[in-house]
Amino acid sequence: MTNDIEKLYAEIQKGNENIIAQAISMVEDGTKNGLKLMKKIYKNVEPAYMVGISGPPGSGKSTLTQRIVQLWRKQNKKVGIIAIDPTSHFSGGALLGDRVRMNEISTDPNVFIRSMATRGSLGGLNSSIYDTVLIFSLAGFDYIIIETVGVGQNEIDIVKLADTTVFVTVPEAGDEIQAYKAGLMEVGDIFVVNKSDRPNSQQMVLTIEQLVSFKDEDKEWKPPVISTNALKNKGISDIKDWITKHHDYLLDNKLLKENRKQVIKAQMINLMEKTLNEKYIKPILEDEKFPEHIEQIYDKKKDPYSTVEELMPFD
Amino acid sequence: MSKKDLKKSQEEWNKKKYKKTVDRFGERKKEFKSDSDRPIKPLYTPLDIEDIDYEDKINYPGLFPFTRGVYPTMYRSKLWTMRQYAGFGNARETNERFRYLLEQGQTGLSVAFDLPTQIGYDSDHPLARGEVGKVGVAIDTLADMEVLFDQIPLDEVSTSMTINAPASVLLAMYMVVAEKQGVSSEELAGTIQNDILKEYIARGTYIFPPEPSLRIITDIFDYCSKEMPKFNTISISGYHIREAGSNAVQELAFTIADGIEYVQAAVDIGMDVDQFAPRLSFFFNAQMDFFEEIAKFRAARRLWAEIMEDRFGAEKDKSKMLRFHTQTAGSALTAQQPMNNIMRVTLQALSAVLGGTQSLHTNSYDEALGLPTEESVKIALRTQQVLAHESGAADTIDPMAGSYYVESLTDRFVKEAKEYIDKIDDLGGMAKAIESGYVQREIQESAYQVQKKIENNDKVVVGVNKFTEEEEKKADNLLKVDPEVENEQIKGLKNIKEKRNEKEVNDALEKVRKAAKNEENLMYPIIEAVKAYASIGEISNVLRDEFGEYEAQYI
Amino acid sequence: MDKKIKVLIAKPGLDGHDRGAKVIARGLKEAGMEVVYTGLRQTPEQIVRSAVQEDVDVIGLSILSGAHTHLFPEIMKRLEESDREDIKVIAGGIIPEGDHKELKELGIEAVFQPGTPISEIVEFIEKEVK
Repeated sequence: MTNDIEKLYAEIQKGNENIIAQAISMVEDGTKNGLKLMKKIYKNVEPAYMVGISGPPGSGKSTLTQRIVQLWRKQNKKVGIIAIDPTSHFSGGALLGDRVRMNEISTDPNVFIRSMATRGSLGGLNSSIYDTVLIFSLAGFDYIIIETVGVGQNEIDIVKLADTTVFVTVPEAGDEIQAYKAGLMEVGDIFVVNKSDRPNSQQMVLTIEQLVSFKDEDKEWKPPVISTNALKNKGISDIKDWITKHHDYLLDNKLLKENRKQVIKAQMINLMEKTLNEKYIKPILEDEKFPEHIEQIYDKKKDPYSTVEELMPFD
Repeated sequence: MSKKDLKKSQEEWNKKKYKKTVDRFGERKKEFKSDSDRPIKPLYTPLDIEDIDYEDKINYPGLFPFTRGVYPTMYRSKLWTMRQYAGFGNARETNERFRYLLEQGQTGLSVAFDLPTQIGYDSDHPLARGEVGKVGVAIDTLADMEVLFDQIPLDEVSTSMTINAPASVLLAMYMVVAEKQGVSSEELAGTIQNDILKEYIARGTYIFPPEPSLRIITDIFDYCSKEMPKFNTISISGYHIREAGSNAVQELAFTIADGIEYVQAAVDIGMDVDQFAPRLSFFFNAQMDFFEEIAKFRAARRLWAEIMEDRFGAEKDKSKMLRFHTQTAGSALTAQQPMNNIMRVTLQALSAVLGGTQSLHTNSYDEALGLPTEESVKIALRTQQVLAHESGAADTIDPMAGSYYVESLTDRFVKEAKEYIDKIDDLGGMAKAIESGYVQREIQESAYQVQKKIENNDKVVVGVNKFTEEEEKKADNLLKVDPEVENEQIKGLKNIKEKRNEKEVNDALEKVRKAAKNEENLMYPIIEAVKAYASIGEISNVLRDEFGEYEAQYI
Repeated sequence: MDKKIKVLIAKPGLDGHDRGAKVIARGLKEAGMEVVYTGLRQTPEQIVRSAVQEDVDVIGLSILSGAHTHLFPEIMKRLEESDREDIKVIAGGIIPEGDHKELKELGIEAVFQPGTPISEIVEFIEKEVK
């Protein structure tokens, strides 16, 4: 089955869950057939609307995701979810636990949840995520949620893929917000202060509103700051409505196209880096003579600059 | 001998005798560590307990802070209650097992409910399939409870019920059954577990979110202080926290922190501490590190007494006394060479007795394999009887007091538990600490470290990673719950639903809903609903509608 | 990118004893596997759907309530209906020896008793998935 690209493509289009799941594994594992499949999909499929959801651990993102999905389901929208957790640097393994908070939607036939580990390089991850988005899109999903944990640069790079990015935080996460404010302000389209029953919730809303007000003056979009309580289902429809508003804003201003082109550019860069790495760098590193270069540089017989020029003679 | 002389002589022994011998022959291990991962010294001496003031920190039995026991005579007047947890299948079968145990000399009952009952589902709920009567008895309506206690005089036995989220429903049923026997609620003795916080942390049979759950609990406190003065309204349980993988210090600290949260919740709704605190009880685990366990029980009493006095201003002695039930550790039982478990249970039980427990459940040796048989349950009970009547452990009060090791451990347990409690206070109390995932993460980390130690052979478990045998005799006569139980139970429920007065049921359920909305005490309308033969699922569903359901937040 | 072994650790039924499940999940992660954990009270439907969507190689079922005799056949049936009998299923928890044969006949590859070292489970999975 996995060898017949046409058949794979048709089955995904039909919504065959087994095949969708296996196709995602193929692109995650970087198999040859996965590559062939993606070549076909890229030329035929328009990506569905992508919503990125990120925030520090414990901010209630998954519960919030579940609640938003439930609202979309009421409008009969099909939703794909890509839930990303970090790979352990030590073992290469990962614990993917986001489903724990999505049990209410896990048997909905029009919701597909896929957990994904960050694995090795981030560039590689980004292309598997985007490939998964395209596979979901081929399968007819209307919305695709990309959920990541954390507020660091890596997570920001991931959610940059999305058309609308929602940042979720909690009243007590003030320090993290301060530390990453530049990045957050750059990509956040909607800010959510979850667990609104906690003390200092209003304080946090004000802090973010203040930061947002300094955002790029040229842009017309002023990110809203929404107060929610995912567990009590409060404020969720506000997020959903703001996502729609942001979508309209992107369309009205022809920005959606721009964003998609940026994503393609990023994909290109990823692919080129990956190719460079695999076709040129890896063979050099694996060459048995490579340690000799290091010895010679260490012994001051050579310098690294000329050695690389010699090993990679691009000009 | 003066302190200075002692220091000198100890140093001398250390240098001339101990170190010298170690240098020559070495020791069995590079480092000796207790179960809770604390270093153990080769020797404890009077120097280790020199800062512990006897009257202040230890004192006589029955006197604050009750380190040596809550009663002045302890087991010399009355042995601990031998209370074996039992329940399986339907009410009729469990009733037979109860009567058998009472005939064998058991002195209290302890009811295990099946999981659907514990989570407030009727036996005909889709999620109940395959679970009915499995880990305990299935109870749907008052009719089942009537059968469960048939011919058991409720004015003579005390009954403990392991029920948490739907505790008010089962408590109401128990009262109504007693009433039908002609026993008034003032006479009833026993305990409901009613400890929801540890369900979020460790045991998993929660229904509602923390806030309404705490309210259900304080409703019970309030009701019982007026109507059931001899009944323990809660059993604040470290048992399951330990089973989930915590160490002894964490078990102690998290249990006491749970207790603080309950007391605070009751105080916050305007109750007087001395009105409800005397009916709070505790439930601990007895694990394998014999001395740590004894110290843990002794430390628990001191810690609770100090907290009740200093933090909550309790005045009555009874409000400051920590009374507790103990169960030997299920997680210490091995599936390999199961007979070895009899020895493990004996040691654990002895630690509970030396720790001054008020009641005790000893596990059956075959529980890692499945439900215990009548024979294995009897051996477990006999173990307690041997300890009580043959070992001499019950003949003098707190015989371990004054042991340099045990006293220094006791003191250390109090100190380390206080550090945890401070941390939990910083997080805003136990409910918040659970929500943040802190407590669960601490426990998971300990659980994982223990597993690693066993796999690396740093911790020996006989029959598991040392002294193993290839071919072992498997216990093959395990008790099985008849799959017919489920169908019968569902039929019985249907039957009751046909016979009862539907209007009466609906009216009663509406009153439960109203009380839930209006913050009135839920016990009164629940008793009415139970009397009308409303089922546990129906009552719980009304509350689910009003309160919502809890969803686990962290792994 | 290299292929990783992906495992779903699931707790069917109503019992809340997840110490074993979590310890195993972490152990498998530290052995380099990708482990999906779905929490308590999972129905057979939820378990199989998660396994399908995640395209796991192995499902590990942990149960202590005794409901395995009812739930496991249901899970195996649904796997077959989903055309994923190729996913290996292993089990652990409190499962009486007397039931092991029946479970193996159902297609469950192995039943691990309490006290099984994680390394043994890792080895088993690595061998099965190869």
